[in-house]
Amino acid sequence: MSPETVRLIVGVLFVLLVLSFVGSIVYGRKVVRTEVTDAVFGNPVRALGGWYWVITGVCSILLLWFYFSWDAARAYFPNSANEMCQVARVDSELNALRSSFPMQSRLLRSTSFLDREGTQIENARRQISKSDIDPALRDQYLAAADTVQAMLLTRASAESLSAENKTAIDELARKIDEATARLADPAFPGPATEAEIKAAAEQPAWGEGVKKEIPDIPNTDRGRKFLKISEEMSAITADFTKIRNLDDDFIAEVKSLSDELKGLQTSGDDAEETKTLTKSLDKILKRIDDGNIFPPAALDPIENAMKRFNAEQSEQKGSLKILDALAFPGGEIRAGSTACTEQGSGRWLPKPSDTLTSLIEISDPTVGFKTVPLLWYEWKPASEMLAFFIPDWVADLVPGEYPRHTASGVIDANLKTKVLNFATGNYPSFSIPVPAGHLWDSIMRVLAGLFLGIVLGVPLGLFMGLSRFAKGFFDPLIELYRPVPPLAWAPLILTIFGINDDGKIFLLFMVAFAIMVISARTGATGTQLSKIHAAHSLGASNRQIIRKVILPNSLPEILTGIRIAIGVCWGTLVAAEMLAGTTGIGFIENVARKQSNYEIIWVTIILLGLLGLLFDLIMRWIINRTIPWRGKG
Amino acid sequence: MSDLVAAGLDMTFPMPDGDSVHALKDVSFTLKQGELLSVLGPSGCGKTTLLNLIAGFLLPTGGSLSLGGEEINGPGVNRGMVFQQGALFEWLTVAENVDFGLRMKGMKKRQTRGKVEEWLEIVGLQGFGDTPTYQLSGGMQQRVALARCLINDPDLILMDEPLGALDALTREKMQSLVLKIWKETGKTIMIITHSVEEALLLGERLFVMAPRPGRLHKEYHLPFAEWGLQKDLRDVKAEPEFSANRDEILSMIWNMEEEIMGGNA
Ligand SMILES: Nc1ncnc2c1ncn2[C@@H]1O[C@H](COP(=O)(O)OP(=O)(O)O)[C@@H](O)[C@H]1O
Ligand SMILES: [Mg+2]
Repeated sequence: MSPETVRLIVGVLFVLLVLSFVGSIVYGRKVVRTEVTDAVFGNPVRALGGWYWVITGVCSILLLWFYFSWDAARAYFPNSANEMCQVARVDSELNALRSSFPMQSRLLRSTSFLDREGTQIENARRQISKSDIDPALRDQYLAAADTVQAMLLTRASAESLSAENKTAIDELARKIDEATARLADPAFPGPATEAEIKAAAEQPAWGEGVKKEIPDIPNTDRGRKFLKISEEMSAITADFTKIRNLDDDFIAEVKSLSDELKGLQTSGDDAEETKTLTKSLDKILKRIDDGNIFPPAALDPIENAMKRFNAEQSEQKGSLKILDALAFPGGEIRAGSTACTEQGSGRWLPKPSDTLTSLIEISDPTVGFKTVPLLWYEWKPASEMLAFFIPDWVADLVPGEYPRHTASGVIDANLKTKVLNFATGNYPSFSIPVPAGHLWDSIMRVLAGLFLGIVLGVPLGLFMGLSRFAKGFFDPLIELYRPVPPLAWAPLILTIFGINDDGKIFLLFMVAFAIMVISARTGATGTQLSKIHAAHSLGASNRQIIRKVILPNSLPEILTGIRIAIGVCWGTLVAAEMLAGTTGIGFIENVARKQSNYEIIWVTIILLGLLGLLFDLIMRWIINRTIPWRGKG
Repeated sequence: MSDLVAAGLDMTFPMPDGDSVHALKDVSFTLKQGELLSVLGPSGCGKTTLLNLIAGFLLPTGGSLSLGGEEINGPGVNRGMVFQQGALFEWLTVAENVDFGLRMKGMKKRQTRGKVEEWLEIVGLQGFGDTPTYQLSGGMQQRVALARCLINDPDLILMDEPLGALDALTREKMQSLVLKIWKETGKTIMIITHSVEEALLLGERLFVMAPRPGRLHKEYHLPFAEWGLQKDLRDVKAEPEFSANRDEILSMIWNMEEEIMGGNA
């Protein structure tokens, strides 16, 4: 699907969602008003029905998703992101300049430097006073600290600013004003060139291509204007960072003081301490040497020019400001060195349309994920299928010996060979289609683990509910392993059984087994004695009582246990697949995580949720069908 | 003849704290085949224990019990049981509940169908065969329990307060049903109740039991069951002899309760 089609679908869908959201609320309120409601609070009947509130809930989730992932913004304002990208470039170029003034930061940069270095010098003084070096030496250090402070303070005096710096500052302010004028000029930068138009048209659209980032070649006049200004601002910022409040005298002074400090270092007992003291004062000196502290009003021309520029930039952004606030919630578009990127929820919350596209992409059996389809079928020889159920050792049971090759190198097959071939599926046969793929693998693992858990757990649970020996003997075994989180077992089990299906199925079996044992046991112990008495006096044998009375009587607990076990197995499986393996939905998520492919991660999350819900619905249906008497006995 | 013979029955329950409860002491009686016995007594006097012993759910700590000359040492199909709350198998339909005993003997559903219909008709539940039991009212559930017990053709039918949980009207109908079944099948029936009227109506013989330890206190031979087969039960209750007996037994039980209270105080 082309990006345009996707945008169109998203756009229509968004409107439909808003309409159903509003519609269902209106309908719901109408129903509330017309309904003859029971005035008794706490009556559970009040919670029955209300499909319209389901619609409201689903719509609001989807709307939030569309909105905060900026899918709606992409559908309705695909060009605005491109324009905002250009604005972001201006902002990114001006970052250094603006943070020198109370625009992006609270304090003027010189002010905060002075403040910080003052504190540093104070700390150094304290360090010197506390040190147990020779008192004379200590005095010398204190004197040096005083000098450093004095030098720091000279930078704040108006005289420190050199004439060249004054002109450079005025020159820069003028350049900024010129840029501001161009920004305000409706004719700037003139019509786009053929090349520019072509480049803009050929770039991938927003959400298209591998990186799915925002197209960064401007395709509107406003965008081109901001791009041009950002280039200008890049030069201005470079010039600005070159202006340093330094002169030769000052540099020489710093140098000599630094030398003096090095001279104070002694080599005797105080060697270590003097070294640190010199270092801490020297560090402050090095920073003063950067010339970042200016007299209070020295940079005013630039600051004022910047204020005018900011006002004009805001003016020129115009409708973009509102768009930015309304259509791009929870983040902003930021210009990096190479591309413009979404930041905030637009980045980490995958867009519904991208998620669906990813899902459709990997649902294609010829593509799949890592060459394995999501859910498809493959042709397998029927012999292999059959061999799966026949253990190979049946061949060993056949009397006789396996054949040896003769001197001429011929191997004569005997009955044993034939049975072995049959057991291993090593004979020609027709092929049958069998389901395959990541989802199928995951589901089969859960079902296999669950099946084993039920088949072994239910009888043991019933036995434990009926026999003191069984309860006493097995209780400690089960109660000791059950509270351990399944994932704590995973490394051990995957080592023993291998990373293929065996290990995972065994892990799931362990999880399901404990749950099934406990629920079957609860069911068995909960059988009313009178029912068992009745069955006895109707002539039932012990076996019949277990099969015809205790088992059906425990069905509610057993089915509830299965329902819980499915949920827990599902969760455990995904975690186990993340640890090891090459197929399964957890494997997909793990690979996607390593690739930072948020769309695929989101796809797996949604698939997991939907499949879990499906399992639960099936279980609920089975429960309603098989034990309708529950709660009515 | 399959008479029930109890000789010097003694039942002591050991308690977890080392004490023991003397639930029954030296209970001896003989119940002839075809007799209708009702057992009455204050709560806790060992009525259920006595019934459980006869059913074979409990083994006596002293004395002996035999039915038709055979010692009772476990549950058996010759003794059918009806409990206060149906104890029906709610996962089965009415018909499946009724033929449960037959199926346990290995009979197939289609073999039992005729008998099930027959019994359902006798207890007044024709047409309810496929209904799940949880959809039935309390009275209907007791009818199913009766049919389930009777289809096995037991020699002795034991009922532990079978009508205790029913409303007055349903109860009256069920009392008639019990009498009708007794008459038509000629079974031995032992019925436990805490209602004096019911004990009088449903007892050719009536045992009044006394508590601490549980023992047989007094025995009556009564004509009301026979009357009830011919007359309306309400008319039987209106007879002066009925009221006289009722008042006598009521005050007897009342005194027993007083004693218990007094003993406790
Ligand atoms: N399984 C038991 N264990 C201990 N005590 C019991 C048990 N069954 C009954 N009892 C005691 O035996 C006495 C008689 O009980 P029960 O036969 O149920 O009386 P009833 O049916 O006449 O009300 C009571 O005191 C009761 O607490
Ligand atoms: Mg009782």
